[in-house]
Formats: sequence, C-alpha cells, structure tokens
Amino acid sequence: MSASDVTLPAPAAQDLLGLPAPAFHLAMLVLAAAAFGFILWKRARLLLQGAPDPRLDRIGTRLARLLFLGFGQARQPRYPAAGVLHILIFAGFLILSLRSLTLLGEGFSAGFALPGLAGRAGAAYASLKDWTALVVLACCVVAAVRRALFAPARYHDRHARKSHAREAYVILGLISLLMVADALYEGAALAGSGGAGPRLPLASAAALCLGGLPDAALGVLHLSAFWIHNAALLFFLCYLPVSKHFHVITSLPNVFLLDLRAGGAVKPPRHGAVDQGAAEALGVGRLEGFTWKHLLDFYTCTDCGRCSDQCPAYATGTLLSPRMISIKCRDLAYQCFPLLGATVPPEERPALVGDVIAAGEIWSCTTCGACEEVCPVLIEYVDKIVDLRRFLVDQGDVPPSLQKPLAALEKHGNPYGKMARKRGDWAGGGEEGGSGVRVLKEGESADLLFFTDSCVAYDPRLQRIGQALGALFGAAGLDCGTLGKDEVDSGHEARRMGEEGLFETLRDKNLEALGRRTFARLVTADPHAMSALKNDGYGLAQPILHHSQLLAELLAAGRLVPGPLGDERVYTFHDPCYLGRHNGEFAAPRAVLSALPGLRLVEMARARSRSFCCGGGSLYLFSEVECEARMGELRLCMAEEAGAQVIVTACPFCLLNLEDAIKTSGREGRMEVLDLAELVVRSLNRGVVG
Amino acid sequence: MEIIVCVKRVPDVAEVEVEVDRSGRALERQDLAYGINEWDNFAIEAAVSLVEAHGGRSTAVTVGGPEDEEVLRRALAMGVNEALHLCDPAFAGADAHGVALLLQRAIAARPFDLVLTGAISSDQRNGQVGGMLAALLGIPQVALATELKVENGRAVVRHEVEGGLERVVELDLPALVSVQTGINEPRYVSVRGIRKVADQAIPVLDAASLGLDAAQAQALLAQVRIEELFLPQRGKGAEMLEGSDEEKVLKLIERLRERGGL
Amino acid sequence: MRKILVVAEMGRAGPDDSAFELAAAARAAGKALGEHRVAAAVFGRGVAEAARGLAPWFDDVFVFDDPQLEIPDGEAWRALLALLIARERPLLTLIAHSNHGMDYAPALAGQAGTPLVCDCVALEVRDGRLFAVRSVYGGKLNARVSVALGDAGCMATLRPGAFPAAPAPQGAGAAIHAEAVPAALTPRRRCLGTVAPEPGAVDITQSAVLVAVGRGIEEEENLGIIHSLAEALRADVACSRPVVDKKWLPRSRQVGTSGVTVKPKVYLAIGISGSFQHMGGVKGGPFIAAINKDPAAPIFSVADVGIVGDLFELVPLLEEKVRELKG
Ligand SMILES: Cc1cc2nc3c(=O)[nH]c(=O)nc-3n(C[C@H](O)[C@H](O)[C@H](O)COP(=O)(O)OP(=O)(O)OC[C@H]3O[C@@H](n4cnc5c(N)ncnc54)[C@H](O)[C@@H]3O)c2cc1C
Ligand code: SF4
Ligand code: SF4
Repeated sequence: MSASDVTLPAPAAQDLLGLPAPAFHLAMLVLAAAAFGFILWKRARLLLQGAPDPRLDRIGTRLARLLFLGFGQARQPRYPAAGVLHILIFAGFLILSLRSLTLLGEGFSAGFALPGLAGRAGAAYASLKDWTALVVLACCVVAAVRRALFAPARYHDRHARKSHAREAYVILGLISLLMVADALYEGAALAGSGGAGPRLPLASAAALCLGGLPDAALGVLHLSAFWIHNAALLFFLCYLPVSKHFHVITSLPNVFLLDLRAGGAVKPPRHGAVDQGAAEALGVGRLEGFTWKHLLDFYTCTDCGRCSDQCPAYATGTLLSPRMISIKCRDLAYQCFPLLGATVPPEERPALVGDVIAAGEIWSCTTCGACEEVCPVLIEYVDKIVDLRRFLVDQGDVPPSLQKPLAALEKHGNPYGKMARKRGDWAGGGEEGGSGVRVLKEGESADLLFFTDSCVAYDPRLQRIGQALGALFGAAGLDCGTLGKDEVDSGHEARRMGEEGLFETLRDKNLEALGRRTFARLVTADPHAMSALKNDGYGLAQPILHHSQLLAELLAAGRLVPGPLGDERVYTFHDPCYLGRHNGEFAAPRAVLSALPGLRLVEMARARSRSFCCGGGSLYLFSEVECEARMGELRLCMAEEAGAQVIVTACPFCLLNLEDAIKTSGREGRMEVLDLAELVVRSLNRGVVG
Repeated sequence: MEIIVCVKRVPDVAEVEVEVDRSGRALERQDLAYGINEWDNFAIEAAVSLVEAHGGRSTAVTVGGPEDEEVLRRALAMGVNEALHLCDPAFAGADAHGVALLLQRAIAARPFDLVLTGAISSDQRNGQVGGMLAALLGIPQVALATELKVENGRAVVRHEVEGGLERVVELDLPALVSVQTGINEPRYVSVRGIRKVADQAIPVLDAASLGLDAAQAQALLAQVRIEELFLPQRGKGAEMLEGSDEEKVLKLIERLRERGGL
Repeated sequence: MRKILVVAEMGRAGPDDSAFELAAAARAAGKALGEHRVAAAVFGRGVAEAARGLAPWFDDVFVFDDPQLEIPDGEAWRALLALLIARERPLLTLIAHSNHGMDYAPALAGQAGTPLVCDCVALEVRDGRLFAVRSVYGGKLNARVSVALGDAGCMATLRPGAFPAAPAPQGAGAAIHAEAVPAALTPRRRCLGTVAPEPGAVDITQSAVLVAVGRGIEEEENLGIIHSLAEALRADVACSRPVVDKKWLPRSRQVGTSGVTVKPKVYLAIGISGSFQHMGGVKGGPFIAAINKDPAAPIFSVADVGIVGDLFELVPLLEEKVRELKG
C-alpha cells in the first residue's frame, strides 16, 4: 500500500468541519447514495410503466453475449479511432473501479485495502492502476482534442436541434479530475517519502511537480486531493443518470437483455397478449407504449452516431436519423418524467408521433438493420419503428402512396392490384416444360415448393429470376411446384409497414394453401419472403431455403455443372439485408459464386453484415420519401470503388433497385446487375456450349 | 350536424382483364375483387372529418345486396357513426334514378343537414345519383366538389367547372355535395379497424320498409336497361404509324381526335 | 310534333364546339324519329349574338339573356330548364357531358322526372327507345343501354368530341325566342367567385389528356417543347421518375407505382420506355400513344398507337399541326 508508508496524515484520522472524517465520509456517502437511488428510482418509474418484454430466457447465451459484446467491447473496433479510445477508457474504468472502492474505504479507515489487494498483490495493483490512470488521462485528453478539433462528421447529426457535446466535455473533465486528484493524493505522499519511480509513473510525475513543497503543504494537498477525488467520484455517479453517460450504468444490462429472437423477426404488437386485436389502440403512440427494454435503450444510447452513420436513410438525406429517435425519446422521457415534480400527464405532453418524431422519419426506414448491427450497446430500432408505424396505421394515418399497395394486398393478395388468377402465369403453366416449375393443385405434392412472392410473380423483369430458377431446377432434375393463384403475398412488407392485421390475413391464406399440398422443402428467391416464412410466425415444419442455399447445395453435389463464364469483368456480391444481416446467410451465395469457374470476385468494403441497403426495403418500392440521393446509386459507387463491373445479388428488390440505379446514374453498358440464379444459368449454358 | 354519406361497392378492375358473363349484360364476377368506390372513399373522409370538427353524427348508406354490407363496415371503420343498408332482391337492376329514389325514401325519413355522395362510381360511371337525389329531396346541390367547408349553417364548396377553372359556391343547408377525388386524404382503414366494427349492428331496410311494393318496384327503379356489354375494339400491341414524319404526325392527330384527345 | 332540345354551352367566343356536336346528334335522332323540331336553349348575359350564330342549325332557339346568368351556374340552368321542359315537353333533351353538364343534368332529370343516360359516345333511336353506348368499368367495356322514349321524355348527356359536328342543314334557320328570367333564380345556392388554380399546382390525377415525358428528353432546357405541345393539346404534363430525380419537374407529376396514379382518356408517352413501374400508374384504360426512337421499347406493347422516331423532330411538328388544326 503506497499510502501506508508515508508520514502524511491519513484522511480517516482527521476531523472535518468538526466531525470525525469517517462520520463526515459516511454522511457524504449516504447523501450521494440517496441522491443516486432517488434518480435511478425516478428513471425506473418510466420503465415500470413500459409494455412487457420477456428478456430473461436463455441466460447462458445472454451471459456469453454480455462477455463478448459488453465486457469484450466487440463492436468498438468497427470505428478504429473512437473504438480503441473507448476500449482503453472502458478497461481503465474496470481496473480503476477497485481503486475507487479502496479510496472510499480509506475515508473510514486509514490504510484500507480491499480483500485480496493487500501486500504484494496490492503493490502490483497499485502499479497497474497508476499506469492505467496515466493511459486513461491520456485518452481523455486525446478524446477531448479529437472532439474539439477533429470531430468526425457523424458526431454532428443533421437533424439534431441541440448538441449534447457539452456533456461529453463535462464527463471527460470529471474523469480527468479523478485521475489527477488521485495522482496528487499519491504524489503528495510520494514527494514526502521519496518513493517515486517508474512503477508509479503518474503519481511519480505528480511527486516530481510537488517536490520541494513543505510537509505541511503536502499534507493539505494530500487531504484535499483525497476529498476532491471522492466528492468528484460521488458526483460523477449521480451525474451519469441525468446525462447521456447513463450508458456507463445501463449499457452492460442493456447488452445482457439483448433481443435473442431470430434475426429479421418483428416483435408482436404486444408481448404476451393472447388476442393482439383486442387492444384499444395498436402500436406505440406515447412513451409508455414502448416496451420497458426499448425505454432502457433510450437511456442507454451513447449518442455516438454510429447507427446513423450506417443508416442508408440518413445517408440519402431523408428525414430519418435513427440516433435522433433515441435522443429525442430520451429528452422526452427526461422532460415528462422529471427528477423533481410530478410526471407530466399524457395530454400535456408533446405528441410522440407528430411533435417529437415526424411521420416522415417513421416511413423512411427500410428496416435494413444496419443501425442495430453497428450499435455498440445493442439498441434496437426496427421493432420500434414498426411499433410506431402500427400506431400510425391504426390511426389511419398512412401516406396515400402506401395506401395503394396495402389496399391492393388486401383485395388482390399482391401490392400491384394484379389479378390473383395470373399469379402462376410466369411459370408458363408448366405445360411448356420450359420452366421446370409446375403449378400444384390442391392435394398434389412435389419435393420442393417454390414460393414466388408477389414481385417475382408479377414484375416482368423479376419473373425472369423465377424462370431462371425454374430452368436450374429442371436441369438438376428437381421436382418443383408452386402454389399458383392460391399463393398470396408473404406479408413481409405489410407487417413491416405496421399493418399487422393484413399480415395475419395473408399469412393465414398462405398457410391454408400450403397445408393443402405436400412438399418436403420450401424455397424462395426472395429473402424477404424467406424471412417472413421463417421468422414471422408461419410455423412451417418443412425447412425453408433461400435459392442461394439450394443452388450451393446443388453445385456442391454436382447436380448442376457450371462452365467457364469466359467473362473478363470483375464481379462483386451485394448482400441483401434480409438474407445476410437479418438471417445470417453470407456463405451460401459466396459458395455459389466460387463454384463458378473463372469468376473474378471482389468484396466491397461494406460487405456481409455491413452491407448497404439497396433502398429496396420493401416499402420504398411504393413510396418514395424525400431524399437527396438514391441508395442504389450509392451502392453502385461502392461497387465501383471495389473495382467491380457486375453486381450479383440474390434478392428481387435489390435487382430492381440496382438495375434502376445503373440506368438513372448513366452507367448503362458499364455496369450490370444480375441475380445469382441468372448468373448460374449463364454459366451452365456456357458449360453446355463448351 | 347530421351528415348522410352515400356509398357503393364496386369491382376493382384497374389491373383486371374483364370478361362479360353469359347473359351478356354483366361482368363475369369470378376472379373479381370488390371494394369501396374510390370517390365515395373521399366522401366518407369528408363526412368523418366534418363531424370531428363540428360534432354531430354521420351515417353511411348503401343500396345493394347482402355482400355490399362490406363497404358499410369499412365506412364505420373510418369513423362513420352509423350505417344503413337498403337491401331487397326487388332492388336488383335499379338504375341511377332508381337508386336515388331508394336513397331519397330512406333519407327523407331522418334528420339531415348535409348529404354527400361520390361524384361518380367507377363501374357504371353515370355520375347521376347525387344530382337526382338532391332534386328528389328538394335541396340545393353541387357536383365535383374539390373543397368543402361548413360555416354558419352554410356549406362553402369549391367545384370543378370548365377550362381547368374552379368555382366557389355557397349552399344553404340542408344540401347535397358530390365530391371529386383529391378533396382530402382519406384515412387508411386497417384490417384490424374493420374487425373492430364487425359486431356493430347495421339496420337493413327492405322494399316494404321504404313504402315500396316489391312487385312494381322493378318498373319504377329500372327504366334504363343494360342491353349488352361488349369489349371496345382494341388491338394487341400498338398500331405503328408509318410514313414520313409529317404523315406519321397527321395520322397520330387523327387517332387522338377520335379518342377525344383534341 | 315533339321537340328535341339541345342545351348549348357557350365558350369564350360564341357557342362551344359541343353545341354543334349536340345539334348534329339531335338531327340524326330526329331523322330516325320522323318529323321533329330541333331546338336549342342558350343561357348567358348578352348572348343574343351567339344565339343568332346557332340559328342555322336549329328550328327554335330559346334565349335566356340575363345579368344573373353571367356566370354559368348549374342550379340556375337547372331552374330555367325545368320550366322550359315543363312547357315545351321535349321528347329528348341533349346536354354536353361537361363538368357543367354533370352539375345540372342529373338534378334536372330528377326534378323533371325524366330518365337520364349519361356520357354517351353513340346514340340510336329505334322501336320507340333510345339506345346509347357508354363506356363503363374504367373504359374496359362498353355498355349499350336503352330507355323508352315515353311520355315523360328522356335526357342524355353526350361526351364532348364523340359526335362529329355537321354543316348547317338546308332550310333550317331558327325562330329566336327571348325568354323571361325570373328574379332570385337560385336562392339556396350562390356563386361566390371563380378561381383559376395556381399554375404550379396541377393535379395530374384529374387530367383528361396527359403528355408524359421521360428520360428521352435529355436536358431540362428541352422540356419547353413538351410544355408547348401540352398547351396546344390543352393537356397537362406528366413524367417518369428520372425526370423527377433530376428535379426538372416536381414529384407531383411523376406517374408510377411510387408516383401518382392517373386515369386520363389519352396518354401521350414521349421518350418513355414504358417500364412496369411507370405503367403501373396509368390506369383507367386510356388511349395510349407513344413516341420513342427505339422500335423495341416496351412502351409499344402497351400503347395503342406508336411512332418510331426522334422526339426532337416529331414533337415540334406535332405541335405545329395541332395548332394549325385548332386555328
Ligand atoms: C422501386 C422503384 C420504383 C419506381 N417507381 C417509378 C415510378 O413511380 N414512376 C416511374 O416513371 N418510374 C419508376 N421507377 C423507375 C422505372 O423502373 C424506370 O426506370 C423509369 O420509369 C424509366 O423512365 P423512362 O422511361 O423515362 O427512362 P428510360 O427507361 O431510360 O427510357 C427513355 C426512353 O426514351 C427513348 N428516347 C431517348 N431519346 C429519344 C429521342 N430523342 N426520341 C425519342 N425517344 C427517345 C429511349 O429509346 C427510351 O426508350 C421505379 C423504379 C424502382 C426501382
Ligand atoms: S443508438 Fe447505438 S449506435 Fe446509435 S447513437 Fe445510440 S449508442 Fe450510438
Ligand atoms: S433499419 Fe436501416 S433504414 Fe432503418 S433506421 Fe436502421 S439503418 Fe436506418
């Protein structure tokens, strides 16, 4: 123990304001604990009123994720500079927490040591702690300078009305103060005893500065530093839950309470409600409508801006910035559930939807999930956005451009308002034998059921994906059928637009049609449909595949034999959000591509889980939000940067959007976009020709 | 304020290849999807928002078969307070005048300040019911409204006239207004919204309760007869106009002229 | 001898074209019926001159000339026509299916207790019945309907442009009757004024004729030829998405699945390829004419008529010819 071998007075042995130090210290602690407890209680009141959200299943998995994502800070390095700084400060924080406890203890008894931290272990810790404090102090300085002079663009949000930057400086200042105070506390002692050395770099540096001061002055400094440290520490604790640094307290719990449901699934309107339709109003129209965990998200947001930095809606200049959803909701929560005074009754608050969050923000999200993927503290957005949409839909407040496809889905089972009877026409009725997919009547069976979904069934460009797949299934000798006119839209978009009732209707129709046919496996070319069939409560017993998975299987088994493409161009793969990020399938499409001889493949910087949404995001097909750039065009630039001329994708929406972007950005003839299935057909044909 | 809004269920034929049934006088109904007449949707929104602003009650009325109740449910889900279903086999084949007559009998029996209809229905495209109903009720009317306000017991209506102009008129209440699309932004009706009103009672009025003798109803209600439905002549794919540029343009003008494009 | 009555609308300079179309249709119906007089009713302020202009086509012209009629008001016309019809008891009354006609014809028929057939594109009289062809179900079908030409008479509104006008018949030359106009014509509906919509705020969903332009226009400066063609055709300008993307036209002009849905009678697509997303916004079975330099453009498989050629040549030529024709 560094402080035990000095002659300076121990803090616990002094009187302060006429009180013995331990008593004074106790009063201080009690006061701080009361304030802290009071603030937390006030903050918790809102959570207690939130909607239910079961988050305590699969504890083992949760602990593992907590270790990896929470303590391991696994997502921080995605932003190298800020990430490394944060990891260092976070690690320092963990190490120094023991020191803080020790110092609190020293207020009661001189030479206090935590159990296990006496003797040699204590000396080692003292050295570790001192080095750590030095690093943390350095990090604080770097962070402050970076913020002031080299702030990354993402710190300033285009939509922010006020800046929370001051809080950041206060926090950095407080942390630095703690480091400096402790250094002075120890440095004064070292200066008195002459024990400086590289073992304790920061304290020694302080001692060096203080060298030559009389013992009395050192004693005063020593004591003041101690009290300043402990007072600052307690103030810091109470300041956290009133600032954006609440995350220091909530982020680890928030990570532990993460969403473990299948990727791409949308939460039910109300967890645990038997009859979802019974509620008076659906969706989230005021703060308390969010689940308690979603409210905890708001407390936890660190305002780092990474979500918006990754968000395609933000990148294209729409009204939406996911981070602002959290920030604005937190501000609203603090305003309506104040620390002092009564909760503001709902009638007197600004309207959550309308005043705080504009409808335009809510409709701008493509539900791509990029924000959630990057958030270091695992804040969820898609479920919240869908909940807000549910509210708007329930109020009848849906933009006219979206009412069209929704009404058509209800009436015709497809968003285009096309005749249901024509849904199977793309397959050529099966009689021509060209397509390899036949329309199954009720009671019939096939090994493989091809679920087309509306876009492939009706859009002439996208029908070609279906036909390409049909040809491949034919070539591989698969027995494949489709539902024809009995199929309706998977409901994926309807659900994400917040039209839960419509989704249920569509799902039930599909389940009925599927139930009347026998098949061993189901395949679809549309990741959205796949995700809906897998994750949105269809509850099918048969395995559900995406065509990339089936094609990978057929190629691996030698049932499809590709030939050399003979194409000099460079290819890249665009990961569709609902195949990759939401459903974790990154390998299958790449396996298909690498099975094609002679294909020159590169990866874009934003590939796999960091893929950039094409802007298809289902509802963008029908409603165009005000924006400055098109997501598809941005994506083309990324492909170009990677040196690719051909973009392969595995989703009809991506195909449509990227193909359109090629046209509108004048890249015709220079770039091409293809579905995986179309590419395999090309390669197969080359194979036949030679 | 008491508002009556007249609505109709029509087949949605926008993307559909329609066929004529064996009688030659009606659509082949198989494969058709039905819904609210587009214009009526705007009329309902107008009724609901007027009641929201001024208080009172709105009632949706339709003349039609049992299956047409669906549009009344939709109106209720949009916020109309009550619905009235004029339904009797004797009403089948009623022409626009017949429909207006039935509506008049149902409406005249109740208090009302404002009657709203869609300007036309997308199926028969007559655009008559509103005007005829107003005449039968003996109240002033205006067609093709693009804006509607009620103030001091009067309706102030902007409506479309010739040459892209609009005229503003003031009507003493009670009055009838037939509304044009675009007069407002109709609210969305969710599937859940419709489920919520599934149990609301909708009174049904038959011929007898409207003081009509079912036997003579036909003669009274169906003066205009549909003799046949037929496909307008139209080739598959475009007719390509050939010749010099000038010839092509002149041929195009001729075609445009035939189609009322000049 | 019962009359056939034509309600003549006035344009800015004299009788509207539709008046002559109705006159010809009335003559044709009269011929089928045997001996009939064809009469016109004219409303307005200071319309004596215009009434004389109509005389060669009619046997009688009833002139309602009154300051109250300065602005054509549907309820005023209805009130006067109801009186005229009660007096003259025409067998058939023909009205233009204009916005104005839609305003008063149904109420007039309701008041007069006369059956009405609206928006006819063809008429025929035989076997004591009036047969009319009308376009129904969004223009996808035509209906032939019939109504007895009974004692109460019958009314029809005719689609402007659907009936060819004819030269003035030999021997006609109307007797002109000045009609009295009672005071306080429409006490329960008053006209407060006329408004021209703001030029920018055109609602293409309501347009009958649309000139739609696509990426083939190449530059913003070139849009001028499209605007002046539209002006000549009295049409509104619509466009495909690339034109909106470039901000050359406002979003409200974009036709398509993610734009607006239009239901015109005529759609003239210029330099538009005819993508699924674009055509998804063209409803109501309009007559589609396309100008495109690519003979394989998909637009030609959905259009009714097509011209393969350079729009920069064809559009100014078309405008010139249209203007020549309209005088
Ligand atoms: C999700 C999504 C939603 C969409 N929504 C819509 C929508 O709502 N509305 C919409 O319009 N589009 C929409 N699109 C875009 C649509 O797919 C097409 O890209 C777009 O309609 C093409 O517009 P265009 O026909 O003007 O251009 P192009 O397809 O490039 O066609 C231009 C045409 O002009 C012809 N041309 C060129 N020069 C001349 C000349 N000198 N003379 C004559 N002809 C010439 C060319 O031959 C060509 O056929 C959407 C796309 C996506 C992906
Ligand atoms: S939500 Fe997550 S990523 Fe976005 S600002 Fe908050 S902490 Fe950062
Ligand atoms: S899901 Fe995608 S579009 Fe929506 S907020 Fe997140 S990043 Fe933005």
